[in-house]
Amino acid sequence: MSPLLDITSLDVDFGGEAAVRDVNLTLDRGEVLGLVGESGSGKSVTALSVLGLLPRNATARGSIRLDGTELLGAGERALTRIRGDRAAMVFQDPLSAFTPVHRIGDQIAEAVRAHRDIGREQARTRAVELLDLVGIPEPALRAKAFPHEFSGGMRQRAMIAMAMAGEPDLILADEPTTALDVTIQAQILDVLRTAQRETGAAVLLVSHDLGVIAGTADRVAVMRDGRIVEQGTAAEVFHRPREPYTRQLLAAVPRIDAPREPRPPTGGTVLKVRGLTRTFPVLKGTVVKRRTGTVYAVDGVDLDVRRGETLALVGESGSGKSTTLFELLELAAPEGGTVELFGQRLGSLTPAEAKALRRRVQIVFQDPMASLDPRMPVGDIIAEPLRTQGADRAAVARRVPELLTQVGLDPAHADRFPHQFSGGQRQRVGIARALSVAPELLVLDEPVSALDVSVQAGVLDLLRRLKEELGLAYLFVSHDLSVVRNIADRVSVVYLGRTVEAGPVDEVFARPRHPYTQALLSAVPLPDPERERERQRSRILLAGDPPSPTRRYDGCRFRTRCPLYVQLTVDEQKRCAHDVPGFEQDGAACHFPRARTVL
Amino acid sequence: MTTATRPAPAAAPTGRSALVLRRFLRNGSALTGAVVLVLLFLLAFLGPYLTPWSYSHIDYGALRSAPGPDHWWGTNRIGQDVFAQTVRGLQKSLIIGLLVAVLATGLASLVGACAGYFGGWTDRLLMFCVDLLLVFPSFLVIAIVSPRLRSGGWFAFVALLTVFAWMITARVVRSMTLSLKEREFVRAARYMGVGPFRIIWRHVLPNVASFLVIDATIQVGGAVMSETALSYFGFGVQPPDVSLGTLIASGTGAAITYPWMFFFAAGLLVVFVLAVNLVGDGLRDALDPTAEGAAR
Ligand SMILES: Nc1ncnc2c1ncn2[C@@H]1O[C@H](COP(=O)(O)OP(=O)(O)OP(=O)(O)O)[C@@H](O)[C@H]1O
Ligand code: SF4
Ligand SMILES: [Mg+2]
Repeated sequence: MSPLLDITSLDVDFGGEAAVRDVNLTLDRGEVLGLVGESGSGKSVTALSVLGLLPRNATARGSIRLDGTELLGAGERALTRIRGDRAAMVFQDPLSAFTPVHRIGDQIAEAVRAHRDIGREQARTRAVELLDLVGIPEPALRAKAFPHEFSGGMRQRAMIAMAMAGEPDLILADEPTTALDVTIQAQILDVLRTAQRETGAAVLLVSHDLGVIAGTADRVAVMRDGRIVEQGTAAEVFHRPREPYTRQLLAAVPRIDAPREPRPPTGGTVLKVRGLTRTFPVLKGTVVKRRTGTVYAVDGVDLDVRRGETLALVGESGSGKSTTLFELLELAAPEGGTVELFGQRLGSLTPAEAKALRRRVQIVFQDPMASLDPRMPVGDIIAEPLRTQGADRAAVARRVPELLTQVGLDPAHADRFPHQFSGGQRQRVGIARALSVAPELLVLDEPVSALDVSVQAGVLDLLRRLKEELGLAYLFVSHDLSVVRNIADRVSVVYLGRTVEAGPVDEVFARPRHPYTQALLSAVPLPDPERERERQRSRILLAGDPPSPTRRYDGCRFRTRCPLYVQLTVDEQKRCAHDVPGFEQDGAACHFPRARTVL
Repeated sequence: MTTATRPAPAAAPTGRSALVLRRFLRNGSALTGAVVLVLLFLLAFLGPYLTPWSYSHIDYGALRSAPGPDHWWGTNRIGQDVFAQTVRGLQKSLIIGLLVAVLATGLASLVGACAGYFGGWTDRLLMFCVDLLLVFPSFLVIAIVSPRLRSGGWFAFVALLTVFAWMITARVVRSMTLSLKEREFVRAARYMGVGPFRIIWRHVLPNVASFLVIDATIQVGGAVMSETALSYFGFGVQPPDVSLGTLIASGTGAAITYPWMFFFAAGLLVVFVLAVNLVGDGLRDALDPTAEGAAR
């Protein structure tokens, strides 16, 4: 039998520049093909060209056959029919797929009607069924919502529902979970697999995340610089990669089950935070601003960092990680709670003391482009903290090349501007700037999450080396638990602005006690097809989205999503609903902590 | 990723100002503009020594005479030497134009950046002043104040023109600063302990520099023009003293019959404004590291 989708020697150019070269792919009915590669490798372009969705300045050559019909060069009308009927697409940004002014349910119903000749009412019913299938709570009600009223995760589900509406033979999913948190990612991948089972469609899954691919794809193709470098079954590619590039890529992925080095000996306490809080007013009105509510961005965070140790601060997007860091670095009295930096309590510092503290604490930001002044040569950027601390010209001139060398950059590039460096190099510049004044505590806000895996591995290595050489302490914010496992000694988990569990990484990862930590850990995909599929069976899937930080919660704030809560007796549930679980050092903020192995 | 590590060179890395200068000097048209400006200054300040005539001297023997060996650029209708008058006017206009532009843009960027960066009461107070000045009938104020300032000389006049030329720019700079303040690199500088004024100087102003430079080049022409308008109404530069503006104003009527009375002054003004624009464009490109053609 001929394959469902057959791409032969596909070339795509953008205004003369090659984006995709000589790509050959086949996809059978009901099969899931994973397409992996780093940013710019041509994965998305390949997927887009199947549905004729390439931008105007692109030219494609070769052949793409869907069930024997040539798609490349087909007319717009034929393509539109195919898009509605035989193939559907799931994008990274689901907002772009919905028309903002129509209700979600109506849009899905329309997609149903485009495919099947049924009445309006029936189509609506079908739309609600589909929304239910993808796990949207109260589907009948939610069908009446507009796209912007949905959270990111819900939009992605609705988009999958829309893709299923046409009962397609082929679903193209382009980075469907890249913008989402791990727990939501796990939900969406689960839904995608359900969709695939229900419709029996073939799926082309594009992702840069090897873990996501490993858990879902039957076959895998690895792309690099517009070419497919390796293709095979998932087991072959992950366990017996033939190409050195694939091997490199696999080696670079931080794994949550990686062996760990023993923890280094640690010294005295560098940073101690107790019950930190920070709120933001919600303002309405343009001329006269009225306060209509409060965002409880940080609402009880505890942290302990010791000399020579890396503490990872972990939590989902919006859980208040960055806000916590910024509160520390303001060096002002916190809104609530206490912060002690090097034994000095914030809020009672003289300007001279504050200046001395500034030297000892430095920060590295997430987005290396945004955190470097685009109009300053990197030499000046790196020298800025030095100058601020009053270093003279000669000292600066000596230090800058030294620092550049230390972070693996060419000292001769000191007079270049940030935009002349790659993402990884820019992050190195950011690290060099932080190191320039020989700090003792380095605060890192998601320093590698904007980078490709291989670049990320380089930066993580650099951080590890620097810590060893200079005896630094790190406060490392991340949402990626695999990275945390790779670099941190201790971990502190926050949920909705509050610390829920903390402890040594070995301890917490092996025997998490808080149900949220357990869910987080179990949601991390492993780049290993067999083990990942095994994990999927026992995966703890959290229901719904994180609740809004604009309201206060009685009792445990994790209650609405807690998988343990539903198993408790009524009396026990009462306790969760009324008493706020306390948090002690190296404990778990849960009334019924039960250690559970999830890795 | 290039991780090649060479032994550290002994020379200090080039700083921003040196880089900007280097990029400016490499830009042909900007350099031309700068050279023309220098030549204009030379002409304005050395010119009077080249000619035996002074700008106010009246040669009754040569009324409205065409350019010739005696009077190089001719004479006007009462027999004053056009060359002497033009270079004298050029002196005045060069100084007024450039000084007003630099001062107004400087004041605007200082006020705008401070208002935007500090926010709160500073912002409210400064913006109140800006709005107040905006609603003042500037012409009237200058008309009233300028006779009293005559003893203060041309500088008082420059100051007066400046005071009424910076407000709109300040408002724009303020709103640009508001968005820059939220950028991570400003936050980074703050957490490094860089003081607020240093942040404004090192991070905010360079990032609004493109706007400031364009604004300043426009201000140059604007200042020369408002000076002319004011002289016309009897304020500012008064006879027998002259500026390019007054010369053009008085020569306009004779532009066709006695072209030399008009075209030398007008031509120099055009050359002046053009040169300023070339320098401005070059400066903008030199300050913007992503500008094309000026890479590195
Ligand atoms: N200046 C502000 N005004 C109002 N709300 C804010 C402000 N800064 C942060 N918040 C809110 O506080 C909460 C915590 O935000 P924060 O940026 O600290 O999260 P995060 O954990 O760093 O998330 P991410 O992983 O996405 O970076 C969010 O709900 C956010 O919307
Ligand atoms: S306190 Fe109750 S609701 Fe909260 S995490 Fe523990 S079991 Fe779940
Ligand atoms: Mg953040």
